[in-house]
Amino acid sequence: MRSDWMRECAMETDNHTVSSNSGAIALGPVGRIPPGEGRCFKIGARQAAVFRQRDGAVFALQARCPHQGGPLADGLIGAGAVVCPLHGRRFRLSDGAGVDNELAARSYPVEVRGATIFIRGLEQP
Amino acid sequence: MMAENMINGGKEKLVVIGTGMAAGRAVEEITNRAPGRFEIAMYGAEPHTIYNRILLSEVLAGTKSPESVFLYSTQWFERRGVTLASGARVEAIDRAQKTIALEGGGQASYNKLIIATGSLPMVPPIENINTPGVFVFRTINDCQLIAAYARRCRRAAVVGGGLLGIEAARGLLEHGLEITVVEVMPYPMAQQLDPESGAMLARRLESIGLKFLFEKATQRVLGSGRVRGLRFKDDTAIDTDMVVISCGIRPNVRLAVDAGLAVERGIVCDDRLLTSDPDIYSVGECVEHRGRTYGLVAPLFEQARVLADHITGANPEAAYGGSRISTRLKVMGVDLVSVGDAREGPGAVVTRYAEPHRGVYKKLVVRGGKLAGAILLGEVDCAAAVIAAYENDAAAPPRHADLLFGAGGGADTADALPMEAAVCTCHQVSKRVVVERIAAGCKLPQLCAETRAGTGCGGCRPQLEALIAKYGGAGRDPAADYYVKSVPLAKPELIAEIRRRGLRSVSAVIRELGGGLDDPASKPGLASLLRTVWRDRYEDERDARFINDRVHANIQNDGTFSVVPRIYGGVTSPGQLRRIAEVAEKYGVRMVKITGGQRIDLLGVKREDLPAVWRDLGMPSGHAYTKALRTCKTCVGQEFCRYGVGDSTALGIAIERRFQGVETPHKMKLAVSGCARNCAESTVKDVGVVAVPGGWQIHVGGAAGLRVRAADLLATVSTQEEALTIIGRFIQYYRENARYAERSPAFVERIGIQRLRALLIEDCEGQAQRLDREIQAEIENYRDPWTEGRQPHDPMQFRGEVQA
Ligand code: SRM
Ligand SMILES: Cc1cc2nc3c(=O)[nH]c(=O)nc-3n(C[C@H](O)[C@H](O)[C@H](O)COP(=O)(O)OP(=O)(O)OC[C@H]3O[C@@H](n4cnc5c(N)ncnc54)[C@H](O)[C@@H]3O)c2cc1C
Ligand code: SF4
Ligand code: FES
Repeated sequence: MRSDWMRECAMETDNHTVSSNSGAIALGPVGRIPPGEGRCFKIGARQAAVFRQRDGAVFALQARCPHQGGPLADGLIGAGAVVCPLHGRRFRLSDGAGVDNELAARSYPVEVRGATIFIRGLEQP
Repeated sequence: MMAENMINGGKEKLVVIGTGMAAGRAVEEITNRAPGRFEIAMYGAEPHTIYNRILLSEVLAGTKSPESVFLYSTQWFERRGVTLASGARVEAIDRAQKTIALEGGGQASYNKLIIATGSLPMVPPIENINTPGVFVFRTINDCQLIAAYARRCRRAAVVGGGLLGIEAARGLLEHGLEITVVEVMPYPMAQQLDPESGAMLARRLESIGLKFLFEKATQRVLGSGRVRGLRFKDDTAIDTDMVVISCGIRPNVRLAVDAGLAVERGIVCDDRLLTSDPDIYSVGECVEHRGRTYGLVAPLFEQARVLADHITGANPEAAYGGSRISTRLKVMGVDLVSVGDAREGPGAVVTRYAEPHRGVYKKLVVRGGKLAGAILLGEVDCAAAVIAAYENDAAAPPRHADLLFGAGGGADTADALPMEAAVCTCHQVSKRVVVERIAAGCKLPQLCAETRAGTGCGGCRPQLEALIAKYGGAGRDPAADYYVKSVPLAKPELIAEIRRRGLRSVSAVIRELGGGLDDPASKPGLASLLRTVWRDRYEDERDARFINDRVHANIQNDGTFSVVPRIYGGVTSPGQLRRIAEVAEKYGVRMVKITGGQRIDLLGVKREDLPAVWRDLGMPSGHAYTKALRTCKTCVGQEFCRYGVGDSTALGIAIERRFQGVETPHKMKLAVSGCARNCAESTVKDVGVVAVPGGWQIHVGGAAGLRVRAADLLATVSTQEEALTIIGRFIQYYRENARYAERSPAFVERIGIQRLRALLIEDCEGQAQRLDREIQAEIENYRDPWTEGRQPHDPMQFRGEVQA
C-alpha cells in the first residue's frame, strides 16, 4: 500500500507537479519529530498524528485513537505499530489497521522530500 | 441450486430476526465457514447491539457497564459484511413473497431466514400487574429501568426464587435495598435442588442479606399509582416499594405462529435446525427440538454450529442431537452447580454427602450405571469432573463417591478432568485446548480471548487459573522468566550480556540481543534496566519511554496531564499551599485534588504549560507518573499524638528526601506510622515503617491495590539511620532482582521473606555492603526531572500540537 504511494509520489516529483492543488500539504521539517516518536500536526482545523521511525520511514494516522480518542502521536511505536497511550490498543503505522483489536485508524500518505514532510488526503473536518 | 437463489447475480440474502446471543453466534459461525457467501442483515428489537445476556445480573448490580457486555464491535460486523439494525422489530414474515416486514414500515427480502427471537419473561396472572414499579428482568433496558427506580425505594420483592430470581435479588442488594424473595415452593431453585440442599441454600443466601418467603403464591400487586405491597393467596401480605417478576421464560414464537410454521411450545425444528419451511431456520431459546426447549447458552451455541454447518453446506451431515445441561448459580460467595436431573425415584441410585456446619451438600444420582444428575453446593471443586462424566454419558465409577472425591480422595478439579472434557461449559472448550494454549504461553486474559473459555458465565475461571498454575509453570514456558517479552533472557543473564557487550541504548539491546524486533511493549522495561545498569552513562533514547516518562507527568483521558509536586512526608506549609493555589488559578487547572498519597494533584494541565507550571511551583517532581519512589505517607506521630512512640513525620521526610527519584521495577509507596495503631497504613505499603518503643519495625511487600496483602516484617531496628540503611538495601535488591513491572508483594512472595532476611539482615552472601554502595551512588545521581522544563531534552519535548 505504502509502496504504491511512494511510486506515485516519485512520479509526481519527477514532473514537479506537487503543489497545493495536488492535495499534498507541507508539514515542515522532519526534525520536528524526534526520532522514533510521533507528533500531532494541526493544519487549520485538520490534524494528523505523524510518526518518524528510527529507520527514517514516516507515517501518518488520524490524530485521535478510534477507541476513546487517545492522542496517538503520544504513543510508543515499534514493530511497525503505534501503541495508544491510553489503553494500549495497537494500530499498524502503514495502514492504521488494528493489530490486536477490531478497530482501525485512518491512515494518510506521507513522504519526506528534501527535509520536508508532505501529507496528502487529509479530509476537511 | 445456488444459482436460482441469486438475485441479480448478487449474493444470497440471509436475514436474521433477533440479535440475541444465539443469533450472534449463528452469524459468527456462518461467516467463519463461508466469509462473503451471504449478504447478511440482522434485525433486533432491542436498542443495543448483541450482548452477553448472562452477565446482566452484574449490570443490574452496577458492577459492569452495559457497554462492557457487548459481544462484537462495529468493525466486526463491517468486516464480516453483516448489517445490524438495532431497535428494529420484525412485525411479520411473508413466506410466499419471502420477505419480512418491519414495525413502523419497511421490509426486506430473503433467500434464507433465521428466526432467533429467544424468549420472553413469563408473567403469571397476578392482579394489578401493570402498576408502576413492577418489572421483569431480561434486557439491558430492564436493568436500567430497575436501577433507576430502585433509587427511590427502600424495599423490593422478587417474585420467583429460581436461578434468575436469586441473581436478580443479589444484584438489587447492591442498590442498598431490603430484598424479599417470594417463592411458591418450600425452598429456592426447586427445579434444580432437593429439599435438603434447598434449605441449605436458603440459609446461605439469608446470611448474605436476602430474605425469603416460601410457599407464597402471589395474587395481587397492592397500591395504585405505584407499588405499595404484595398480597398472597393465603391472604397474607407484605409491604414493598417495587417488584421484580422472575418466574421463568416462554419461547417467543409469535412471528412463527403467524407465519404458519409448526409451533408447539417452541418453534419445531429438526436436527438441522430447519423449521417446517425449508428456507427458514431457527436457533436459540425459541427452538423446540425433539420436544425440548432450552434456557442456557451452551445448547444454543451447539445449535448455532450445526445450523452454520448446514446452511453453508460446510457439513451437510451435521446433526444436532440435543444437549445435556448443567447450571451454575452466579452469586458471589455461593457455590452451586446443578447437573442434569437429580430427582430421586425408582431406578435412581443416590449418593449423598453433607456437612451442614460448612454448608456443603453433594448428591449424585446414577441411573442405569450412568450419572443422571448431581447437586453440588458449598464446595464445587469436583464440578468439572462431574459435569464431564455427565456430558460424556460415561459409565459411573464402581464407587460413585470417586466422582466427588477422586479415586485417591480429595479431587483437584483441574487434575481430575479428562483431557477431552469441557472446562468451559458455556463455550464447550476442552481441557486439551486450554492446556495447549497455556503451554504456548497464554496468561488468563489472552487465554480467554483466544479460546473464549471463561467469557460466558465466568464460572470456570478458577479452573482456568488452576490449569495455568499447573501447566504454565516455569520450565514449561521459559518466556515467563524473560525480563521483557522480546529479549529471550532472564534478568540476571540480560544484565550480564548488557555489561559484557557494553550495550548502552535500547536500540543497541534490541539489535544485539532481541533479534532486531523493536516490540514497543518491551522498550520501557529495557530503558529502565539500562538506567539501573549504567546510571548516567546510559544513552537516553526518549522514544523508548512511555509518554509519561517523556514529559514527566501523567497522561489523562483527554490527553492533558496531571502534576503532582513532591510534598515530603505529606507535610506542607502555608507558603507552598499559596503557590500551588496561584499556579492552579494561573494555568486554569481543571481540578485540584488531595490524593490518596497525602499530596496535591493539579489535573488537566496542557503539555506545553508543564515547564511553566513546574517553574512557578518551585517544587520538585513527585514522580506520580512513573516507576519510582512515589510517596512516603506519615501520621502526625510523637510530635503531637498522645500515643506516638516515634517521630514518624521526621523519618517519613528523611525517607522521601533520601530516596526521591530512585527508579524501581515498579512504583514504590512507603509509609511511616508513629505507633502500632498504624494510622499511615504502613503494613499495606511496599515498605512500611512502624514505630515501636525503642525503635522501628520495617515491613516489606504490602499492598492495597488490585490485591490486598499485609507486609512481612523484615527487621526491627533501633535508630532512624539504621532504618534508612535497611530500606535502601531492600530497594536496591528489589531494583536488581525484580522483573519489570513486578510490584514488591509479588517480589517478596517470590523470593520469600526468610531468604530476604538472610540476605539483607544477616548478610549471608556478603552482598549488603555492595547493595548499600549501589543505592548511595544512585541517590547521589538524583536530578529532579522537572529541571528539564528549563533545559528540554529536545526542543520538541513539551510541544503538544505542531502547527503545519
Ligand atoms: C492520584 C491518585 C488517586 C487520588 O486522587 O488520590 C492515583 C491515581 C492513579 N493511580 Fe493509583 N492513585 C493514587 C493512589 C493510589 C493508592 C493509595 C496510596 O498510594 O496510598 C493505591 C493503592 C496502593 C498501591 O499502589 O498498592 C493505588 C493503586 C493503583 C494501582 C494498582 C496497583 C497495584 O498493582 O495493585 C494502579 C494501576 C497500576 O499501577 O498499574 C494505579 C494507577 C493510577 C493511575 C496512575 C492510572 C494511570 O495510569 O493513569 C492514576 C493516575 C491519575 C492521574 O493522572 O493523576 N493506582 N493508587 C493517588 C495518587 C497518590 C499520590 O499522591 O501519588
Ligand atoms: C440475567 C440472566 C442470567 C443468565 N445466566 C445464564 C447463565 O449463567 N448461563 C447460561 O447458559 N445462560 C444464562 N442465561 C440465559 C441466556 O442468556 C439465554 O439462554 C440466551 O441469552 C438466549 O439467547 P437467544 O438468542 O436464544 O435469545 P435472546 O437473548 O432472548 O435474544 C432474542 C432477541 O431477539 C429479539 N427479538 C425478539 N422478537 C423480535 C422481533 N420480532 N423482531 C426483532 N427482534 C426480536 C429480542 O429483542 C432479543 O434481543 C441468563 C439469562 C438472563 C436473563
Ligand atoms: S482508582 Fe485510581 S486508577 Fe482507578 S479511577 Fe481512581 S485514580 Fe484512576
Ligand atoms: S483511547 Fe486509544 S486505546 Fe483507548
